[in-house]
Amino acid sequence: MTLLQVEGLGIDFGGLRAVNDVGFAVAPGEIVSVIGPNGAGKTTLFNMISGVYLPGRGKITLDGRDVTGMAPNRLAERGLSRTFQNLQIFQRMSVLENAMTGCHLKERGAILSDLLCLPSSRRRSAVTKARASELLERVGLARAAEHEASSLSYGALKRLEIARALALEPRILLLDEPAAGCNAVETEEIDHLIAEVAKSGVAVLLVEHDMKLVMRISNHIVVLDRGEKIAEGSPATVSRDPRVIEAYLGTQGAEAGHALG
Amino acid sequence: MAELLQYLLSGVTVGAVYALVALGFTLIYNASDVVNFAQGEFVMLGGMISFFAWQAGIPLPLAAILAIIATASVGVLLNKLAIEPARGAPVASLIIITIGASIFLRGGAQLVFDKQLHRFPSFSGDDPIRILGATILPQSLWVIAGAVAIFLSLWLFFAHTLTGKAVLATANNRIAASLVGINPNHMMTLSFAVSAAIGALAGVLVTPITLTSYDLGVAIALKGFAAAMLGGMGIPAGALAGGLLLGLIEAFTAGYVSSVYKDAVAFVVILAVLFAMPQGLFGRKAMDRV
Repeated sequence: MTLLQVEGLGIDFGGLRAVNDVGFAVAPGEIVSVIGPNGAGKTTLFNMISGVYLPGRGKITLDGRDVTGMAPNRLAERGLSRTFQNLQIFQRMSVLENAMTGCHLKERGAILSDLLCLPSSRRRSAVTKARASELLERVGLARAAEHEASSLSYGALKRLEIARALALEPRILLLDEPAAGCNAVETEEIDHLIAEVAKSGVAVLLVEHDMKLVMRISNHIVVLDRGEKIAEGSPATVSRDPRVIEAYLGTQGAEAGHALG
Repeated sequence: MAELLQYLLSGVTVGAVYALVALGFTLIYNASDVVNFAQGEFVMLGGMISFFAWQAGIPLPLAAILAIIATASVGVLLNKLAIEPARGAPVASLIIITIGASIFLRGGAQLVFDKQLHRFPSFSGDDPIRILGATILPQSLWVIAGAVAIFLSLWLFFAHTLTGKAVLATANNRIAASLVGINPNHMMTLSFAVSAAIGALAGVLVTPITLTSYDLGVAIALKGFAAAMLGGMGIPAGALAGGLLLGLIEAFTAGYVSSVYKDAVAFVVILAVLFAMPQGLFGRKAMDRV
């Protein structure tokens, strides 16, 4: 069963073919990683899937429905949420408030009762707050809940973004370098967190440079180089693929194979 | 003493109008980073549409509501036809677009209405109310009450409703807002509508005191802009404080120095703010992380 299907996806920036003819599929509960050298088009691919860029070619289907070029807010309603490599955080809100915004779509309130601060509104707000706190706990940020987001370190903000993305209760989660800027302990925590999320039936699409993390948790790996898909398969297959080794480390393959394995 | 009180009362009245105009600037600035120089035209439209609807035989309260709704629609159109299509252009270009829109609206009002000064009757008569030797017009009380009501309901809206918080979230970070399922374009449209409606309301309230005409927008936009800068652009509380402060400075200058210099006050305030504290009274110094 496929949740997300990408076919022949491509985009050009001026004369540059940033991404060309990329296709793969993600099933619920599966962790699929997209890897490749810097500038291979991984983030561009993510931006197209999540509606930030309008794809020049190809098709994206979510749950059998064509969602190519759909705006991020409508994709959020359909259960796709993501994090950014270079962070998109509400800097002037507290950490807790950032997580609470993720519950936005689950909240329904009458404007009038909200304006009058009726008990029903306060109860709803309390439920959201509890849910957001729980998620902060899960990503290890409970103690920073009341701090302003802009005061957090890069690694902590990455985890805050994950908490906010999870607050949407997505069916597919796109994580753009979740472990960047995290120390070894934090990386391991993120590793567990991703595995847990996938186990609960959420599809995870991952861009990550930490090869140990990728090889450990991925069910399936897609390798990009210069905008094209050069290999695809299980971690074991991909790490032995000569073209992958070449793309990463040039032609002296023997050592490279060792490094990837 | 009576003199001081008199200046105080007239300063607060004018200040309330400036505060409403500054609030209009603030809302659109927050939603789009654009300083909307057509804000003064919203005030003009509020007064002019009410007057002509009233003259056509529509009862004044109804005419006022009509004017507010019509002006809000103009605000929405301004966003949809002029700002949204240019989304992605540098902010300076967008600001120039609003200057163009302001000239367009002024010209349009001249054609659709006329070039005369207009006034409709005060809501509760024109008999001044005496307070400790000073006087205040009943209409001034309407202006002050209107401003208080608007600020209070907007504060409730932003602090307590989901839609209000969604507007704030969009102001804070557009991409992040759309990631959590907020449609940033809807929030922009809403901000323009509310901002135009507030401007129109200010126009309706103030017309019996200051009269209205097609070209009133420029001066009022300038004053409102000065007030918003003084309080700190983008901060509703700053708009309130800046508006009142500017109104008071103006009234005291007119009273104790000379009424000739009254209109120069706003310029002096803009310059002083830019020199001494560009972030305004309530603003925070911007600091980039490196």
